[in-house]
Amino acid sequence: MTLLEAKGLRKAFGGVVAARDVSLTVERGEMVALIGPNGAGKSTVFNMIGGQLRADAGSVLLDGVAITDATPQDRFRKGIGRTFQVAQAFLSMTVLENIQMALISRHREALRLWTPARERYREDALQLLAQVGMEGTANRSCAELAYGDVKRVELAIALAGDPKLILMDEPTAGMAPAERSALMELTDTMTRSRRLGVLFTEHDMDVVFGHADRVLVLLGGQIIASGPPEEIRRNPKVREAYLGDTHGLRPLLTSSP
Amino acid sequence: MDLSFILIQALNGLASASSLFITACGLTLVFGVTRIVNFAHGSLYMVGAYTAATLVPRLLEMSYGPATFWAGIVLSALVVGLIGILLEILLLRRIYRAPELFQLLATFGVVLVFQDLVVQIFGPQDILGPRAPGLRQPIEILGRRFPSYELALIIAGPIVLGAVWLLLRRTRFGILVRAATQDRDMVAALGVNQALLFTGTLFCGAFLAGLGGALQIPRVAANTGMDLSVIAECFVVTVVGGMGSVPGAFLAALIIGQLQAFGILIFPKSTLVVVFLLMALVLAIRPNGFFGRPEATGGSHVVGIASRAPVRSGPLLMIAVLVVLAALPLIADPYLLKVATEILILALFAFSLQLLIGVGGLVSFGHAAFFGLGAYGAALAVKWLEASMFVAVPSGLLLAGAGGALIGAFLVRLSGIYLAMMTLAAAQILYAVAFQWVDVTGGDNGIIGVWPPAWAGPRAIYYLLTLAVTAIALFGLTRLIDAPFGYALRAARDSEPRAESIGLAVRRHRWLAFVAAGAGAGLAGALYAFSRGSVDPSLLGIPTSVDALTMLLLGGIQALTGPLAGAAVLHALRDWIMPLTPFWRLLLGLSIITMVLIFPRGLVGTVFHGREERA
Repeated sequence: MTLLEAKGLRKAFGGVVAARDVSLTVERGEMVALIGPNGAGKSTVFNMIGGQLRADAGSVLLDGVAITDATPQDRFRKGIGRTFQVAQAFLSMTVLENIQMALISRHREALRLWTPARERYREDALQLLAQVGMEGTANRSCAELAYGDVKRVELAIALAGDPKLILMDEPTAGMAPAERSALMELTDTMTRSRRLGVLFTEHDMDVVFGHADRVLVLLGGQIIASGPPEEIRRNPKVREAYLGDTHGLRPLLTSSP
Repeated sequence: MDLSFILIQALNGLASASSLFITACGLTLVFGVTRIVNFAHGSLYMVGAYTAATLVPRLLEMSYGPATFWAGIVLSALVVGLIGILLEILLLRRIYRAPELFQLLATFGVVLVFQDLVVQIFGPQDILGPRAPGLRQPIEILGRRFPSYELALIIAGPIVLGAVWLLLRRTRFGILVRAATQDRDMVAALGVNQALLFTGTLFCGAFLAGLGGALQIPRVAANTGMDLSVIAECFVVTVVGGMGSVPGAFLAALIIGQLQAFGILIFPKSTLVVVFLLMALVLAIRPNGFFGRPEATGGSHVVGIASRAPVRSGPLLMIAVLVVLAALPLIADPYLLKVATEILILALFAFSLQLLIGVGGLVSFGHAAFFGLGAYGAALAVKWLEASMFVAVPSGLLLAGAGGALIGAFLVRLSGIYLAMMTLAAAQILYAVAFQWVDVTGGDNGIIGVWPPAWAGPRAIYYLLTLAVTAIALFGLTRLIDAPFGYALRAARDSEPRAESIGLAVRRHRWLAFVAAGAGAGLAGALYAFSRGSVDPSLLGIPTSVDALTMLLLGGIQALTGPLAGAAVLHALRDWIMPLTPFWRLLLGLSIITMVLIFPRGLVGTVFHGREERA
């Protein structure tokens, strides 16, 4: 069964239609990139799938079950993890506690009043940190970390929910090039080994064409093309869409896998 | 009730709406540009009234006539405008980037300073101003007499609205004010002289506050309580209208004026309650008021406690402190024990606020609500049910916990400054109820005869009892903060989107935090009632809320033990210094301002930070 299926999503802000009739799918073990110039509606679509925005029309199915109107909390319980464009972690806590917090929530223990939180699920949390290569920083405050490392912690937090699907909004934004490829390699490995589905938006075309199994191109709130990276690279409609957007145009025309 | 009566009531409502709008308009303008909720706005209003009540009669002696009267009013407002400039240069421009809690506290420090200064400069008596020349005779409307000065006020509101509208739409300054209200950072990026813009805005805001106050002198005597009463109403107007929106303030003032005029017919004693209920209702439906926009800023309130490694010697140290405190009755006299008892109670009060602010990031500006509910819950149980202390204290705790549940249910949808205003409003509603519902609460006199049973009467016994109860409560709250519940609360403070996306029910956690903090403060209030033997409405007042905040700030918001140290230092200082000087409030106000500017980490926080820096 298809892991994630969005059908006919639509969202308007006042008179501006930010997404119209957007349909997409993500399968298990597949990385799907959602690209498009600024203002194309990427974040709108993303937030409708993540539960931060309510769709005006259309539906979202996870494993065939409708989650269109589910809150972000419900989506977490049903197996969706996510990272944010600007990394969101609990900066007043240690790195380990960030993961422990996610595990506590997953085990529905967030209302416990007595045993100290820092003693819950230490081993599991350390294991997850090891998977993203951050076990060495477990007891450091999250606020002291380099930005790239916070993004790794975020990924570990998302994994702590034992998700089937991970949503990543511009996973490499704000990172140095070396950090970018390391993070995406890590994501790639996770996806294959855990048979996760990943849907991500991205501006960096090297990342998109280096890691995505399929690419969806959004323009003016509509999907204008979808297919394997090679096909998208040659698609004239896509080239046209990116004309003028030099940031996206250059790597699209020159880079090769 | 005939037509003419309704008309007169409506006109009364319009007159108070006008006065309220003129003052509140200044507050909302200042907020729009500086994003600071200026608590001292009410003080500026009070200074305007005192200045006009002193100045206008002198001017009228020189030349009697309407022109002199109105010139005197405007002159007084100008004087207040100049004070506003000083306020901006000396204080506000140093705290634009500070967390909103610090801004509110610093401007409240100014309120305290003005309260003492006004008494020093104008004397302790109320001053009634002269009646306006040419408007002394009432006029007849449908056979009823109506003061003609009230008609002038009704006209003044729209005149000020028009003038402000012209200022905002037709001048370069106004365009900048509107631009800054929409996006302050963008205006700064465009190279606009920020300092001049902000100083100018403060002048306008203060001028309007002064004008609002000066216009009151023929109807209300200038008095020392008018600052806090008008600021509470102005908060309601600006919040209901939407913070930063001038038309919103006008609409809100109109509605509130009519509500007061006709509410008095339905609930003769509870106009304040009606007004604050309106605010609660509007915020429940529109969390940003009529025309307000959601605050784009995030994270400005993220100051608070962080994870710390457990100290191995911690439990031993705590036991040592407990032993020392328990041994105090061996050496202390009854007076010292009374002070020590109060310090323990206030420490619990401040600590319960730490759960909301330091852990949850929920800036509550009305924590007195829960303290007072606890105190009244206990006192009412004694008065009406003849309950013993062992029933009365838990009743206080339960009442405050229930209050936390009810108030919290309204609050969990709000954030930032709206949440702070709403907590303040909740406390003011309860204050009004305690003050106005004389049959049950004893009104201004409160309830007396709230004493512990005879065996617990001696100071030493009551002190030990208080020590035991507060120690247990503090231990429980500390466990709560370190447990998953406290961590989840902190997670929601650090990053709400992240907390939601790991499945945390943020609102439910916050609601429970209000219940727990309310119960903790209520327990403190109940103990306080029995230590003093009485309760009165001041326990629910703004100064009580600010006391808790000052203790928190003094001890340090980043340190878990901060509020305990803060309570000890503040209460000991007050007990020592207050009898020595008539300037206690001035000193306290200046200390609060100094702390915000120089020691934002507080006493305990500064010590710990210093130690970490050296390590």
